Amino acid sequence: MSYRIVDHPVLGPLEESEMVTITVDGKKMQARKGEMIAAVLLASGTSYFRKTVKVHEPRGIYCGIGRCTDCTMIVNGIPNIRTCITAVEDGMVIETQIGYGEWKKGDTHA
Amino acid sequence: MHKCEVLVIGAGPAGLSAALEAARGGAKVLLVDENSKPGGQLFKQIHKFFGSHEHRAGVRGIDIGTQLLKEAEELHIEVWLDAEAVGIFNQTEVWIIRDKQTSVTVKADRVIIASGAIENSVNFPGWTLPGVMGAGAAQTMINLHRVLPGTKVLMIGSGNVGVIVSYQLLQAGADVIGVVEAAPQLGGYGVHTAKVRRAKVPFYTRHTVKKAWGKDRVEGATIVQLDDKWRPISGTEFDVDVDTICIAAGLTPLVELAFAAGCEPIYTPLLGGMVPWHDESMKTSIPSIYLAGDISGVEEASTAMEEGRMAGLSAAHSLGYISDSDYHTHFEEAQRRLDVLRAGMFGQKRRDAKAAIIGHQRG
Repeated sequence: MSYRIVDHPVLGPLEESEMVTITVDGKKMQARKGEMIAAVLLASGTSYFRKTVKVHEPRGIYCGIGRCTDCTMIVNGIPNIRTCITAVEDGMVIETQIGYGEWKKGDTHA
Repeated sequence: MHKCEVLVIGAGPAGLSAALEAARGGAKVLLVDENSKPGGQLFKQIHKFFGSHEHRAGVRGIDIGTQLLKEAEELHIEVWLDAEAVGIFNQTEVWIIRDKQTSVTVKADRVIIASGAIENSVNFPGWTLPGVMGAGAAQTMINLHRVLPGTKVLMIGSGNVGVIVSYQLLQAGADVIGVVEAAPQLGGYGVHTAKVRRAKVPFYTRHTVKKAWGKDRVEGATIVQLDDKWRPISGTEFDVDVDTICIAAGLTPLVELAFAAGCEPIYTPLLGGMVPWHDESMKTSIPSIYLAGDISGVEEASTAMEEGRMAGLSAAHSLGYISDSDYHTHFEEAQRRLDVLRAGMFGQKRRDAKAAIIGHQRG
């Protein structure tokens, strides 16, 4: 089911939005342009965003405003991205993060 | 090095109000915020505010935010978004990372920190499961992002945040299956509580969540009654079918920047714990650093805006921008409005706690 709030007694109907396509764990998904990654994942009913290092417990959003880092995922290959404050972009590739995640190796500066 | 006269950190209600007053006084103001949109938490406040007409009572937070941004634009205040203030050095130099990639140091004659607060958690087995979240997080999801974090919600905490977010979850189309309150009495204003009561949401005073369970997310929770010493009473447990648990257990001021800069702390349990000491002009123990809003003690957006005005006025006045008589007139007006907001059963305690901070002798 969709968790999208289409009608709202105070905010009115959800405005039409340009859509972008993102890939989540290999699956293509439509997202409203400019919305946060966490929002589109919750709207589609995604239960967890990452799993912890040692015992692989599931984690989702907690603070929703970029402070707690519970909702981090791998975005375009970069781990530990706070999905609640990172907006979707067309073609973005998002992956469930297991453990700490790995940054690209390399000690040379670009 | 970039220079400005008044640097305001945080573009929520307090920071915006501070920036507006300092700019009106004539100071060169720079307003920075780590988020990509200004307004702090104002834009998820879709309920009408409290107080009297002069506090913009009856106006929704979302509309107050729009108004403040318009005023900031009219005053040509320079605003940096996606700008994280990460440290204050030598009392006046603020290190800022812009767009996650550029390091900038701003030398400011006065710094006003309006960093806000973060939600507290309540820890029980299962509290880390997806679906357990701050009430403010749920409010952000439904009112800003237009998405429900779940459909069957249990609220922990009956204070204003707990009942306001419960009502807004109902407005967004979720079921609120109950509000759990560990204290023997409810904590929120009557008018907000009544709206939730009218929707037939049960309130469980002297109860808490014993545990939550689920595989990939919350699938249920056990509620238990507490005795008069706040201990769980065995045999009173019952299960509820929920997919979301919201925690409204107060907020803690975001004090890192101020404390790392060397501002002296003071403990004020009623207002959220450790805060930087400040005088009535909102100045900290470091003469170039001022505070506004929740960092100086957790209250509400309306009080944050008045404190922001006071901090903005004081900072500009200390730089010689506002005449003594104008300063005293405007400052006293803000102080009087603040006193009105801190009246009544709930307000008086906050007023006393504030007076204790200001009256505390340093050193």
